[in-house]
Amino acid sequence: MRPYLLKGHERPLTQVKYNREGDLLVSCAKNLQPCLWSSEDGRRIGTYEGHNGAIWTCDITWDSDRLITGSADQTVRIWDLPTGKELCQFRHREPCRAVKLSAGERFLAVTSDAFMESQPAVHIYNFAENIEDQSTEPALTWNVPKGRCTRVFWTDCNRKLITSHDYGKLRRWDVETGALLQEETVHEDAIQDMQMSPDESHVITASLDKTAKLIDIESFQVLKTYKTGRFVQSAAMSPLFDHVVMGGGQDASQVTTTAAQAGGFEARFFHKIFQEEFGRVRGHFGPINTIAFHPSGRSFTTGGEDGYVRVHHMDLDYYTTKFF
Amino acid sequence: MDIDPMDVSRQLYPDLPPGFPYEGFDLEELILPAGDDMGIKSDDDDIKDEDVQTQSGFGSCIVIQNLPKAPEEKYDKLMGVVRTIASKLGDVRDNGIFMPLDEATKTTKGFAFVELARKEDADAALLDERFVNGYQLDKNHKLTLSRFDDFDKYAKVPDEYAPLEPQAYKQTENVHSWLADKLGRDQFVVRHGDTTVVCYNDGKRGRADVAYQRDFWTESFVQWSPQGTLLATMHRQGMAIWGGPTFQRINRFAHPNVRLVDFSPNEKYLVSYTSHEPATARDSFHVKIMVWDVRTAKCLRMFDGPVDEYAVGSSAGPNGALKWPVFKWAGGRDDTYYARLGRSKISVFECPTMVLLGKESLKMDGVQDFEWSPSEPLLAAYSMEQGNQPARIVVFKIPERIELRQKNMLNVSDVKMFWHPQGTYLAVKVEAWTKTKKSTTTSFQIFCVKDKDVPLEVFELKNNKERVHTFAWEPKGHRFAVLHGDGPRPSISFFTMRDDKGRLGVRELKMLDNRACNALSWSPQGRNIVLAGLKNFNGQLEFFNVDEMETMATAEHFMATDVEWDPTGRYVATIVSHVQQMENGINVWSFGGRMLYSMQRDKLYQFSWRPRPPSLLPPEKEAEIAKNLKQYSKRYDEEDEQLLQQADADVLQERQKGLDEWKAYVESRRNYAMLQLDFKRELYGPRFAEKEFTIQKVMVEQVVDVKEEPYNTK
Repeated sequence: MRPYLLKGHERPLTQVKYNREGDLLVSCAKNLQPCLWSSEDGRRIGTYEGHNGAIWTCDITWDSDRLITGSADQTVRIWDLPTGKELCQFRHREPCRAVKLSAGERFLAVTSDAFMESQPAVHIYNFAENIEDQSTEPALTWNVPKGRCTRVFWTDCNRKLITSHDYGKLRRWDVETGALLQEETVHEDAIQDMQMSPDESHVITASLDKTAKLIDIESFQVLKTYKTGRFVQSAAMSPLFDHVVMGGGQDASQVTTTAAQAGGFEARFFHKIFQEEFGRVRGHFGPINTIAFHPSGRSFTTGGEDGYVRVHHMDLDYYTTKFF
Repeated sequence: MDIDPMDVSRQLYPDLPPGFPYEGFDLEELILPAGDDMGIKSDDDDIKDEDVQTQSGFGSCIVIQNLPKAPEEKYDKLMGVVRTIASKLGDVRDNGIFMPLDEATKTTKGFAFVELARKEDADAALLDERFVNGYQLDKNHKLTLSRFDDFDKYAKVPDEYAPLEPQAYKQTENVHSWLADKLGRDQFVVRHGDTTVVCYNDGKRGRADVAYQRDFWTESFVQWSPQGTLLATMHRQGMAIWGGPTFQRINRFAHPNVRLVDFSPNEKYLVSYTSHEPATARDSFHVKIMVWDVRTAKCLRMFDGPVDEYAVGSSAGPNGALKWPVFKWAGGRDDTYYARLGRSKISVFECPTMVLLGKESLKMDGVQDFEWSPSEPLLAAYSMEQGNQPARIVVFKIPERIELRQKNMLNVSDVKMFWHPQGTYLAVKVEAWTKTKKSTTTSFQIFCVKDKDVPLEVFELKNNKERVHTFAWEPKGHRFAVLHGDGPRPSISFFTMRDDKGRLGVRELKMLDNRACNALSWSPQGRNIVLAGLKNFNGQLEFFNVDEMETMATAEHFMATDVEWDPTGRYVATIVSHVQQMENGINVWSFGGRMLYSMQRDKLYQFSWRPRPPSLLPPEKEAEIAKNLKQYSKRYDEEDEQLLQQADADVLQERQKGLDEWKAYVESRRNYAMLQLDFKRELYGPRFAEKEFTIQKVMVEQVVDVKEEPYNTK
């Protein structure tokens, strides 16, 4: 498997995301310009200029016409995805950690961190079809308990939100009132990433407690646990096979001068149901911060603390080998 | 009026679980609800305070007996003598010495009372090595010490013998049950997080089966007894020992804040150790070592004193700390002797009386280190070079204290002694200064203890200036391995003590060059050795067969910190313990280096195989089995085959079960998924179905800037 090594960021990656069709790839990093790539050959199509802080997260519309980014510069911005023009920005008083469009894209959920006097919060915006109609004030805001709110998803026909948090917590919220409906501690340490299954019935969470877990959305019950023995920063599910892939590794502040192998920076493949590891993909020389599967399941992308994005297209063996 | 704090807290904090508010509470108010132990089992349910309470208030008073009976005019002189002796016992109170005079004869009565400052001083004085066997004042007078309270106590003993109520015999579980495992599996204990697990190692089926598991079993570590019968756990109140198939508690030993323990080789005795912070600035650290009978849990002897009295020679660690074990046990079938190092002496104690052997220590000037033979009461000691007295290595026979053999050497910088596990040889690694005193040369002196007249073999490596890292005897054999070399990748040399005909003489067998290795680990059966590069060498493993002199396999357990052979020599475990931040876990290999299975355990603190008692078969019988191995193994091979098939079937079944469960789950969520899909279809309308797309290349020209400049023709 020969990866494309994408050198577009000089700072650690924070999130990589495919559009719906999978032909485009957006990468966010701690430098100021998110990049747009062609996922097939790794060509850079362009960058989005304007942010003034690390970009924590992004989301892409159904038609790939808009890009929404959330940044530590306390803004959420909407971009015209093909041209890179900034269309609109929402100003907050605190860094933005996660953004997610609702199904149908009438609403946008934004989470913000604690900062100065502000508590961490969830904000719901109306997302206008025409940018002229876009309001920059949230329709609803509610505070959440302390700790980062690392990912947010719309569930149950846009009626509820689920969020992942520090201290290993998952929470469920009523979108109309902002009421906390359910709270479960599913991990022993912070949940760094959460990704939705293609049929939207379960999520995979990646945690600093060195495990990734498969969790049912309706009950927050833990279905499967993948033990890695190292910090897990991100985990993704294959849309094609019963495979999951996770990345992470030694904490960046503790990466020493020992062999690169000591860090455990490989992307690791587990069987989704048997919870057994069957493959590793090496390459990064820093922890993997984010990982994403192509919507077809035929390739995947990793973004590392080392500032590189690697796009891996699966070899033939991946489809022909019977792993179990 | 009584106030129930539980009620108050319930009213004040209605949303919080019963007990206390989690933030900003006063620790004093912390009350657990009745019957809630937070999941932590208490062990102090029935520990009784066995301390002897002194009722009379004379607890610190000691009686010295057998003093000479002196006439009145010599009273002051005798008093002076008593005062000198008393000052050796501890701090004497003002006017704390009283020696009564017999009014009739006008002579002293032959005893004196001494009142010490503290009860602890009196306790220590009664156990003082100089007094415990009597103190020889002169030819006719040997002083003995008694506690004043004891007179009362023994006076009260009834003259009539009242037979003790016989205690009902309590059937204990079979503590050797693990040896009777049908599949001949060995056990190991793993401590990770708060959990301690005892597992059967099922190498054939490549898995570990849990035999017993318990959370919060110990407060610091667990330790197997040398023959594996018992498992000791450490607690604030002392130690506990456990055994049998369900690990029932067999005995407890009250030694508050116990730090370290050590069993005697045949599990008869247990030695425990604590160190106490100095009470005042002038004091030094205080150590307290107790010797226990394992079966009765009675303390047989206590050693108490400042740490510098115990941290001598090789027993001294860095910064004046103590190196455990302080007391070393003699080898052999019964635990008869144990010894410790003192200043220029070795104190050997006898069991079960616990007294100093021959009532005096073994004198040896400048003694630095000693080691017992693992098989018989032989003691090898090393004394340092002092002035014009050379360094000496002596092998003593105990209890006769005969010097079997000795060796004098000059310019010695360091000496290390290695007994062969069967006690056949004693290898002494001697580092001697060169003439310039800038470097050292290493030589080995090997005492062949079992041969007539204890012949001494001396040998050096080809390059005797090389650093020697490790020396390791082959258990059950005549070979040894030496790890040596100055470079980053050292070499390993194998030697044998005997040739094919059994004649003595050191011969080199083979040298392996340039290996990423820093630890040698022989199989307990000999023949195979693991050359391991732990920690800095990233866990390189080489499984080497010394009979054939060939590498069976090379492998890697990345970041491994330890290598442990199982007691039968069939399996090897490599461990990444919690000293490494990540990838904590255990890999189990066959002796030939085939990876069998691995266990990931976060915060892995401890791993140890359960030792086995020595084989009861005579050597001839063992040889016979080895000869007819094929015959014997045929039967077991069939069993193994069946077992493996069963295991494969089990795994497949397990997987099938997982698949079925998953299918059932997906099915149960199908409605929800359909709902979501329909919802999206409705919202996106015609855009939802738009699956096909074409990639078009579009050229976009953008004018960035327009600037006019005159064209210069010059």
